[in-house]
Amino acid sequence: MDTRGAGAGPGPRTAGPGSGRLPRITCRDLTKRFLDIARGEEVVALQDITLDIDAEEFVVVLGPSGCGKTTLLNILAGFEAPSGGDVRLEGVQISGPGPDRGVVFQEYALFPWLTVRQNVEWGPRERRMPRAQRAERVQAQIAAVGLTGFEDRYAHELSGGMRQRVALARVLVNDPKILLMDEPFAALDAQTRTLMQAELLAVWSRAQRTVVFITHNIEEAIYLGDRVVVLTARPGRIKETVVVGLPRPRDVTSHEFNLLRRRITALVEEEVQKAFAAAGSA
Amino acid sequence: MRRRAGWSRVARRNGLRVVVPAAIVVLWQLATTWGWLDARFVPPPTTVLRSWTTWIFATPTGDPYTGTWLRHAGNSAYRVLVGFAIAASVGVVLGVLIGWFRLIADCLDPVIQLLRPIPISAWVPFAVIFFGIRDPSAFFLIALGAFFPVVVNTAAGVQRTPALLVRAARMLGTRRHMLLPRVVVPAALPSIFTGLRLGIGIAWVLVIVAEMLAVKSGLGFAMWDAYYFLRMDIIIVSMLSVGLLGFLCDRVIIGISQWTLRWSRGL
Repeated sequence: MDTRGAGAGPGPRTAGPGSGRLPRITCRDLTKRFLDIARGEEVVALQDITLDIDAEEFVVVLGPSGCGKTTLLNILAGFEAPSGGDVRLEGVQISGPGPDRGVVFQEYALFPWLTVRQNVEWGPRERRMPRAQRAERVQAQIAAVGLTGFEDRYAHELSGGMRQRVALARVLVNDPKILLMDEPFAALDAQTRTLMQAELLAVWSRAQRTVVFITHNIEEAIYLGDRVVVLTARPGRIKETVVVGLPRPRDVTSHEFNLLRRRITALVEEEVQKAFAAAGSA
Repeated sequence: MRRRAGWSRVARRNGLRVVVPAAIVVLWQLATTWGWLDARFVPPPTTVLRSWTTWIFATPTGDPYTGTWLRHAGNSAYRVLVGFAIAASVGVVLGVLIGWFRLIADCLDPVIQLLRPIPISAWVPFAVIFFGIRDPSAFFLIALGAFFPVVVNTAAGVQRTPALLVRAARMLGTRRHMLLPRVVVPAALPSIFTGLRLGIGIAWVLVIVAEMLAVKSGLGFAMWDAYYFLRMDIIIVSMLSVGLLGFLCDRVIIGISQWTLRWSRGL
């Protein structure tokens, strides 16, 4: 059953086809298949994903594990090519990764042989930014994520939260149009996670960027997103798009927040059940 | 974390490190004095030490084991360094290419895997025919032997480059052709150093083989020559010299590696 967008319809910040303004990201019938070598059969990871994302929008993609959330992000990042359909960034087909789309990985993916400063400097150096200007930019960015004084540390000398700050600084220094975040806070403890969520919102509102944020944490999804896109169990389709519409900062204990939490929990629960049933019958 | 150890602990550990070797030397000395060992075949440590000082410090008189140690040791060290330098540069370059490019791996890997099990001493006849009883023979044998651990470890390290780091670099604007120097080689450095350490060890083994069979100077040659005169003291001195020089080379590589890989400490 295709219930795409049935829950909410086009949200207030979604540029519909008639609005005249081009969305920043457009996915049309995006499909991704790959061959499961172990089982020798084709697996459909994503099917018919049609999704528009506005320039200043914070979109959260939520779904059970194995639903293709990460595949979607990898395609947007340009790490993987779609098997069918069309993905465009400001009207141009995505053909590979680039610094206009900063990716923050769950596993941080910092270069362990480089210091904090050198990690943040990576992008500007690749763009051959003049040395003086580069040093200034990098220092400012390190300060912006609160890591002044840790410039000469190596990644393994930092806590998880600090590593993720470096990962964020390293992409923000490139001034990307889009932030792609793959469960970036999943490995952090609860307190650090809350702190990082608030900092991310601050970063986002300072220079309004597009954020596509993957998570399986329902509270995180409602706390952060303008819209929450709920995916189905494999093959991943859009089950429903929920417009959050609560003013920020959001109170995770408020009545309205809980109503959304209940609704989205029910949606995800359904898919988890289906995934279990499918795994049992296989 | 640095423990508040102090000098006493350091002194104790260093003391323990000396105890066993010292006991062996004492036992060896006693065994020869009490006649458990025939001093003609296994001369006592005191004789060995005397021969060593004569060999190193005495003014050359024409006797082969008076004042000539430095020349022999220098010859051996020179061959090791040249052979190892060839092995290290060719091994690292080929290892990186084999590890990174599937096509090159398909071409070269089978050849390397087939040649690798052949003992290097089996190459001696070819080395002598092509390079003569001269230094190039030794360079060839040492370089060949040290090449294999370097190339194999480098390729393995390159193949283990985390895909996530490659993606991260691409996402930050690194172009495809720059991935090798920017990501792959730094990520493979720990494996490369493992290969280099194994390589320098093999180089010292092979310099002795080469000097016994394919050249006419160096500690290996001195050792073999001394055997004809039953100068067992000189053989022991040569063995200890090689051990000492090999150990020093290993420490140098470890030092360079620890400095280069200081980021991985505690990883």
